[in-house]
Amino acid sequence: MSEPTPRAAPAPAAFAPPSGRRTRTVLWHLLVAAVLVVVLYPVIWMLGTSFKPATEIVTSDRPWPLHWTSHNFPDGWHADPGVTFGRFFANSLTVSALAVAGTLVSCSLAAYAFSRLEFRGRSVMFAAMVATILLPYHVLIVPQYAIFKKLGWINTDLPLVAPKFLATEAFFIFLMVQFMRGIPREIDEAARLDGCGPYRTFLFVVLPLTRPALITSAIFSFLWTWNDFFTQLVYLNDTDKFTVPIGLSLFVDQTGMTSYGPMMAMSVLALLPVFLFFLAFQRLLVDGATSSGLKG
Amino acid sequence: MTPASRRRRPARPGGVADRTAGYVFLLPWFAGLAIFTVGPLVYSLYLSFTRYDLLDAPKWIGLANYRRMFTSDPRYFHAVRVTLEYVVVVTPVKLGLGLAVALLLNRRRRGVGLYRSLFYLPSLLGTSVAVALVWRSLFAQGGAASDGLSSLGLPGTDFVNDPSWSLPTIILLSCWQFGAPMVIFLAGLKQIPSELYDAAAVDGAGFRQRFLHVTLPLLSPVIFFNVLLETINSFQAFTPAFIISGGTGGPADSTLFYTLYLYQSGFNDFRFGYASAMAWVLIAAVAVITALMFRLSRLWVFYGDGGNR
Repeated sequence: MSEPTPRAAPAPAAFAPPSGRRTRTVLWHLLVAAVLVVVLYPVIWMLGTSFKPATEIVTSDRPWPLHWTSHNFPDGWHADPGVTFGRFFANSLTVSALAVAGTLVSCSLAAYAFSRLEFRGRSVMFAAMVATILLPYHVLIVPQYAIFKKLGWINTDLPLVAPKFLATEAFFIFLMVQFMRGIPREIDEAARLDGCGPYRTFLFVVLPLTRPALITSAIFSFLWTWNDFFTQLVYLNDTDKFTVPIGLSLFVDQTGMTSYGPMMAMSVLALLPVFLFFLAFQRLLVDGATSSGLKG
Repeated sequence: MTPASRRRRPARPGGVADRTAGYVFLLPWFAGLAIFTVGPLVYSLYLSFTRYDLLDAPKWIGLANYRRMFTSDPRYFHAVRVTLEYVVVVTPVKLGLGLAVALLLNRRRRGVGLYRSLFYLPSLLGTSVAVALVWRSLFAQGGAASDGLSSLGLPGTDFVNDPSWSLPTIILLSCWQFGAPMVIFLAGLKQIPSELYDAAAVDGAGFRQRFLHVTLPLLSPVIFFNVLLETINSFQAFTPAFIISGGTGGPADSTLFYTLYLYQSGFNDFRFGYASAMAWVLIAAVAVITALMFRLSRLWVFYGDGGNR
């Protein structure tokens, strides 16, 4: 969709010959590429270091390895004597998948009500919903912890997953509301004339049309849960319950240079889903962020 | 009087079913709001007036938590200062970078879409533990940053463990993620009609004047949106500080962010009442700052006729 407004600058164009314009294009590409190299340097460095032998990490400043090795991956995978990263990945996948499912179901229901149904108190509730987006999460963590402790849910996945089924990620409601408002009213009015009640209209008419917003929400919901550290840190205690972020944080105790390789190897694996989503949906991710002001 | 039915357009069937359906659809959200937001909010307000270690019942101690916070806890003030320093530096620098790169990318050239995506990548990797670990390794003793400096003949240092450099290291990490505001700026720049630039050019306005008199005013709603979002988010920064300092907020408390101290007070020291009081002061601060920013925005945010939103 890259069609920036034609920012024609008539004055320079009139003075400069066509070759000047080409020079400027080349200069622009050089400038952007240079900035990009600086910005992406940490990512390049991470990838390079994950394939470096330990000796080279200590001695060389080069971001990519001279002698490639894949040792860091099995070393990192088994860094913890009790549990492998396989366990952490399985745990993270479970939590993230359930979080996505919960978010999609509960948020789409709420979004449909806010955007297409009329009932008493709707605007007040909508305002309350938007306000919860701005609420700092940290104020809820202590009482939520107390609640989950009473329920005996500490050290299980439930505190991470159950709230998502009750539409606590108000941000996605907001995103879906914005999208559903764009769907022409006539469509569900036609459905109603054909005898559909609000439930069937939602399921068979509005929901399929909302698919782009649902996909955006699913992806961001997955990535946020995958990257989330705070809640997982608070609720999970046993190593075999740990998710990838907490598994990774175990490396912090081993600060020696020799653990850099395995640590970066596991960081690469931890970011692999993010990279894959990025490659597959980069246009969608950027546009999704644009239209809604999503964070990364 | 039935306001709901009066507002309804007469041609539409549905009626009563429609109105109950609204509540049915909102049932999960409403339950979530009660159980996970409003309930905890009220409970944490209560806890903030108690001493509570999660094992014994909360014990009412009135304003003692707040008094301690404001009169006899130097670490608390320190955490406030660290957080404010962070917010005050990160917000303008990050947004400045975002705007600069957005202006650079706001033209019709080949590859612009790819560039845009690549600049957004750091924001997507975001506040993950993996990225914080990368940062920690880059800036620790013998990491690429200090080695690079010493190979340039400058004194390299162990940025992560040097109290005067540890916070700037984390600030740099946040500013690095300028992709998210950049993408929003780009969307805003696209909304500006090109005729305005043509007209300005005809009037003899140079690049700087066009930027000051066309771009900035028309972009001001988007700038405001970004400032608001970035400020609120910055107050809640946690993961980078936790990972880079190994959970301590060190060295010498130089990275003791507000949320990190809140976490320590609760989950390390079992002062859950104190942590709740801290959380409520954070809410109040964020609310006041948000309100203030909206008030101030009237002075500088320019909404054109019909404008953006």
